[in-house]
Amino acid sequence: METTKTKEIVINTEPFVVNFGPAHPSTHGVFRMRMTLDGEVIMDMEPVFGYLHRGLEKLAEERTYTSCIPLTDRLDYLAPMSNNLAYCLAVEKLAGIAVPERAEYIRVIIAELQRIASHLCAVGFFLNDCGAFMTPVLYMLRERERILDLFDMVCGQRLTYNYMRVGGVSQDIPEEFIPALKKFLKEMPGWLDEYERLLKDNEILLARAKGVGILPRDLAINIGASGPVLRASGVRWDIRRADPYSIYDRFEFDIPVGTAGDCYDRYRVRVEEMRQSLRILRQAIKDLPRGEVRSEVPHLIRPPIGEAYGHLEGPRGELGFYLVSDGSIAPYRFHVRAPTFINLTALADMMRGWKIADAILIFGSIDICMGEVDR
Amino acid sequence: MTLALSGKDIAGKIEKKFPGCVVESAAESLLVKGESLLEIAAYLKNTPGLDFDYLTAVSGVDYLDCFEVVYHLTSLKNNHSLVLKARCYDRANPVLPSVVGLWRTADFQEREIYDLLGISFEGHPNLKRIALWEGFEGHPLRKDFL
Repeated sequence: METTKTKEIVINTEPFVVNFGPAHPSTHGVFRMRMTLDGEVIMDMEPVFGYLHRGLEKLAEERTYTSCIPLTDRLDYLAPMSNNLAYCLAVEKLAGIAVPERAEYIRVIIAELQRIASHLCAVGFFLNDCGAFMTPVLYMLRERERILDLFDMVCGQRLTYNYMRVGGVSQDIPEEFIPALKKFLKEMPGWLDEYERLLKDNEILLARAKGVGILPRDLAINIGASGPVLRASGVRWDIRRADPYSIYDRFEFDIPVGTAGDCYDRYRVRVEEMRQSLRILRQAIKDLPRGEVRSEVPHLIRPPIGEAYGHLEGPRGELGFYLVSDGSIAPYRFHVRAPTFINLTALADMMRGWKIADAILIFGSIDICMGEVDR
Repeated sequence: MTLALSGKDIAGKIEKKFPGCVVESAAESLLVKGESLLEIAAYLKNTPGLDFDYLTAVSGVDYLDCFEVVYHLTSLKNNHSLVLKARCYDRANPVLPSVVGLWRTADFQEREIYDLLGISFEGHPNLKRIALWEGFEGHPLRKDFL
């Protein structure tokens, strides 16, 4: 028999640079990844952003403390209520303003609903990036819609709420809110189970996400990751528990953590967090007291000269506001510690060595919001 | 509850180790000399009992007579926090050492401060504009920018 001898061909290939974005359906906004590729494998990646930079921090320096609240809506537009709250917490810390009991409960209810709404988007679009095109995300948007309806009831808005105020909330929740919320709380666990049946042990999802884009524990801490990204790497750190703000020390809930720190763990942590949020909501509506929803705060707040850093556990991680007051009606400095901006630091480390198809998945799994990154 | 460590207590510890490096200490914060920032930061990170393994936020403020950079440090291990500050007075060419080697969190945040306030961080691996484009003139978050 004749054997054909294959000739070995040695091809020298140079690494080449590809600009992924800024306008690309999977970049969740206007974001560019400058990838150095070896064939299909990513050797290095540099994130380039700033396309949505609106000079928000500069704008805030010329507004009164109250009129900065709508600006915070425009940071992370998938979780504006959390942004409102974080900013109000910082101003209250700076000016030493107390919040009525009922307002604290309303804030917790709203913030946890916002966490569920945001995680629904995060998980839905992550699955979209996996290749489960549009079906899961539409189911999740259906549920998110229910939460938006609830927000519509309390403040008349569906995207930029401007609901929280320094010293409370802008208005009391309407009568029909609690029954609607109770109905939602009854139905939501069933929907979550439905997604789980569909996705948790889904072979394709496991193959695509398990072991992909690992962020080791030590690196996650060093890089300053927060929120589900940090917890998926096995760090049990949640500001609601570590440094309880508002009235979070009164509620029972668990902090779900991952073990491997891969894309699948980040997805799992988010789903589990939604269940924990439902637990907090159930406790909060049971104890909801009557009373004022806003303390007596002057129209023009003049905090004493000084500085304060207020932070909370937002859906995407630690959202903090560093405010400096010079005693006038506008903040002297308004700095946002944006969680996804800092989580992005780890993106290159997570992507190195994976293929382009995985890069989209890894990017989706850290759940960024460009409004917040660029500010 | 995260315990906010008193700047005064930490200042005593640092004074012992690095005499003359603390400029000012208050209950909430600790102001150190810019040139010794890096070694103090390394001390805070690596000393058992302090273990500031997590740099929460880096913010820059323009006080017109000086620039102040504020480091919010947290220890995830011991659940306590500290506010560390450093100033630079040279308005034409403000420089501070970069802490990226200790906490990589500082990477983008120092670039942001460089971009918007114009403070250079010595030792930063990739110090360039982040929010604005290359070629933009001036630093918008400075109080004299118009």
